[in-house]
Amino acid sequence: MADIKFSEDTLALANKIIARYPEGKQKSALLPLLHLAQAEFDGWLSPATMQYVASLLQIQEVEVYEVASFYSMFNLKPVGKCLIEVCRTSSCWLRGANEIIEHLENKLGIKEGQTTPDGMFTLKTVECLGSCGSAPMMQIGAQYHENLSYEKVDGILDTCKAEGTRKTYLDKVVVDKY
Amino acid sequence: MGKKLLLEHDHVPGIQGYDVYRKNGGYASVEKAIKTMSPEALVEEVKKSGLRGRGGAGFPTGMKWSFLAKPEGVPRYLVCNADESEPGTFKDRYLMSRIPHILVEGMIASSFALGVNKAFIYIRGEYYYIVNILEKAIEEAYANGWLGTNILGTGYNLDLYVQVGAGAYICGEETALLESLEGKRGNPRIKPPFPAIAGLYGCPTVVNNVETLASVVPVINMGGDAYAQIGIGKSTGTKLISASGHINKPGVYEIEMGITVEDFIYSDEYCGGILNGKKLKAVVAGGSSVPVLPADKILNLANGEKRLMSYESLSDGGFGGGTMLGSGGFIVMDETTSIVENLFTFARFYHHESCGQCSPCREGTAWMEKILHKIVDGHGTMADIDLLWEIQAKIEGNTICPLGDAAAWPVASAIRHFRSEFEEYVSNPSGVKKNKHYDSVHNNVNV
Ligand SMILES: Cc1cc2nc3c(=O)[nH]c(=O)nc-3n(C[C@H](O)[C@H](O)[C@H](O)COP(=O)(O)O)c2cc1C
Ligand code: SF4
Ligand code: FES
Repeated sequence: MADIKFSEDTLALANKIIARYPEGKQKSALLPLLHLAQAEFDGWLSPATMQYVASLLQIQEVEVYEVASFYSMFNLKPVGKCLIEVCRTSSCWLRGANEIIEHLENKLGIKEGQTTPDGMFTLKTVECLGSCGSAPMMQIGAQYHENLSYEKVDGILDTCKAEGTRKTYLDKVVVDKY
Repeated sequence: MGKKLLLEHDHVPGIQGYDVYRKNGGYASVEKAIKTMSPEALVEEVKKSGLRGRGGAGFPTGMKWSFLAKPEGVPRYLVCNADESEPGTFKDRYLMSRIPHILVEGMIASSFALGVNKAFIYIRGEYYYIVNILEKAIEEAYANGWLGTNILGTGYNLDLYVQVGAGAYICGEETALLESLEGKRGNPRIKPPFPAIAGLYGCPTVVNNVETLASVVPVINMGGDAYAQIGIGKSTGTKLISASGHINKPGVYEIEMGITVEDFIYSDEYCGGILNGKKLKAVVAGGSSVPVLPADKILNLANGEKRLMSYESLSDGGFGGGTMLGSGGFIVMDETTSIVENLFTFARFYHHESCGQCSPCREGTAWMEKILHKIVDGHGTMADIDLLWEIQAKIEGNTICPLGDAAAWPVASAIRHFRSEFEEYVSNPSGVKKNKHYDSVHNNVNV
C-alpha cells in the first residue's frame, strides 16, 4: 500500500479532472481516475489501488469495487505487459477473426484468457471495438491494429517483445490511417 | 457524387487542426448562432430541418430539444453520446478522429440553443486515443475564444469536457450513460422521468449522438428549410454509413438519404460490390440490433420497387419483411456466410453486454447464447429452434431498456428468413461446412 501513490503529474491531472464536476458530484471522476490508476500501477486495479482511488474521492472502497467490476476495461487481476484484445464480433468474424485468434494462440502457446509465462502477453477476446471496416483487428494498449494478416500479427508481436514495455490505454499512439 | 455536409473537407490536409478547419468555414455556425439568433429561433431551425437522431432511434432532434425543462436556477446539461459500441458501427470514431472540430462546433451551437453552460462528450474507453484528439481541439477552441467565459463578447459561457467510459455497450443507452457519467455502474434508469426532465445529477439534460450534434452545423449554416430539401421525405439530410463485411471497399460513407441500397452496395462510389465477385446473401443494415434481411428483401420492397437508404424505406415491410436504418452500421454477408454462426456472435455479444437488471434480458440472452452454441456445435435439436423463437418473443417488450429488444430482433429475423439453415445444422451437423473466413489475398493486400 505504501507505494501506491500517483506521481506528481498524475495527481495534478487527477485534481484537474475532479474539479470539472459540480460541488458534491466528485464521484463522477471515478472512471477517469481508475484509468489513470490502472495505467500507472501495473495495468490492473489491485485492492490497494482501489483503496487509494477511494481515498482521493472520499468514497468507500466497496463503491470503487462495485464500479470497477462492471466495466470490461478494468482488470481486477494482473495481466501481461501487452494485453492483446482481439475483436470476435460479427464484422470481424466475417473477415477472419477466429483464424487470427487461433493464430495468436498458436504463436503465443496460450489459450484465450491466459498469460504467457514470461508475463509479456495476455490474450483476451472482446466485443466490437468500432473498427469493423478494418477487420480483423485487435487493440494493444491505446493502439488499434487493423486489417490483420498472419504476417502482420507476427510483426506486431515481435515489435512488442523487442520494446518490452507495458502498453496502456493512455499511450500516445499513431493516429488512424484510413 | 452525393452531397457531403459532414465530410466535405475530410480530405483537406490538416483539417484535424484549428487553423485549417477555420479557413474552411469552421465555426461559422457558432458565429451565426450566438451573434444573430435567439436560442428559441435555433431550436425552431433544427425543427424545420427535420434532423433526426443519428444514434439509432431516429427521434426528431428539434422536438427532443423543445422538451428540455427549464426550471429557474437549475443548471441544464448537454451530453454527447460517443459511446459507439453497436457492432458494425464506426462512423463516430471516423468523424471525431478526422474532423474533431465539427463536433466541438456543433456542441457549442447546440449548447447555446439549449441554454447549457456545461457540456460533456462521453466517449467509449477503447477510443482513449481520440480523447487526446478531442481535448486538443477543445483546447484550441478555448484559445480562440469559442469556449470559456463571455464567448464572442456576448456574455455567454460554456465549458466542454471529455468523459471517458471503460468498456460497456450498455452505457450507450442514454440513462445508463448518465449513471456512468455520475461515476456509477451503467445500469439503465426506469423512464419516466426522461433525461429532459431529470438527467445528469437530476437536472434537465439532452443526450445526442456525435453525428446528430455535428449535423447541427450544416443545419445552422444553410438554414433548416434548405437542409430539409436534402434527402427524401422525412429522412432529411445526409447520413454516415459504416460499411463492413464482405465488400470491396469497407469504410465510412456519407450518403444523401434516398439512394438505393443496390447503388450503395454495388457502386464504386460506395462499397464497390461483393468481395471476390461472390453473390450477396444477407445484410444487417443498421447495426447488430436490427433485423437481418436476405438479399432480395434488402434490395427490393414487397411491391417490386427498389429499397432506399432512408428511415422509411428500410423499415418498409415492418418486422416481417423490413429492417431499420438504426445507427447505420451496414454489415454485408456473401453467399458463403453461415447465418447461424453470425447470429451466434451477436447472441454472445448481447449476453456479454446485458447489465443483468431485468430477468427476461439477463436469463434470455444467456439461454440464447447457450442454445446457439449448441446448434453451431452440432448438438442442436429441432425443439431448440422453437425454444430460441419462444425465448426471444418473451424478452421483447418486457425489459427496462431496449437492449432486450435489440437482443431479440436478430434472433427472430434470422429464424424468420433463414429457418432452413438452422434445420440443416440440426439434421446434418457434419454436412454443414464450417466456414473459414481468413482471406490471405485480401488480408495481405491490406497490409
Ligand atoms: C443498448 C443501447 C445502446 C445504445 N448505444 C448508443 C451509442 O453507442 N451511441 C448513441 O449515440 N446512441 C446509442 N443508443 C441510443 C441512445 O439511448 C440515445 O437514444 C441516443 O444517444 C440519442 O441521441 P440521438 O437522438 O442524437 O440519436 C443506444 C441505445 C441502447 C438501448
Ligand atoms: S433490458 Fe437488459 S440491459 Fe436493459 S436494463 Fe434490462 S437487463 Fe439491463
Ligand atoms: S466487429 Fe470487430 S471491430 Fe466491430
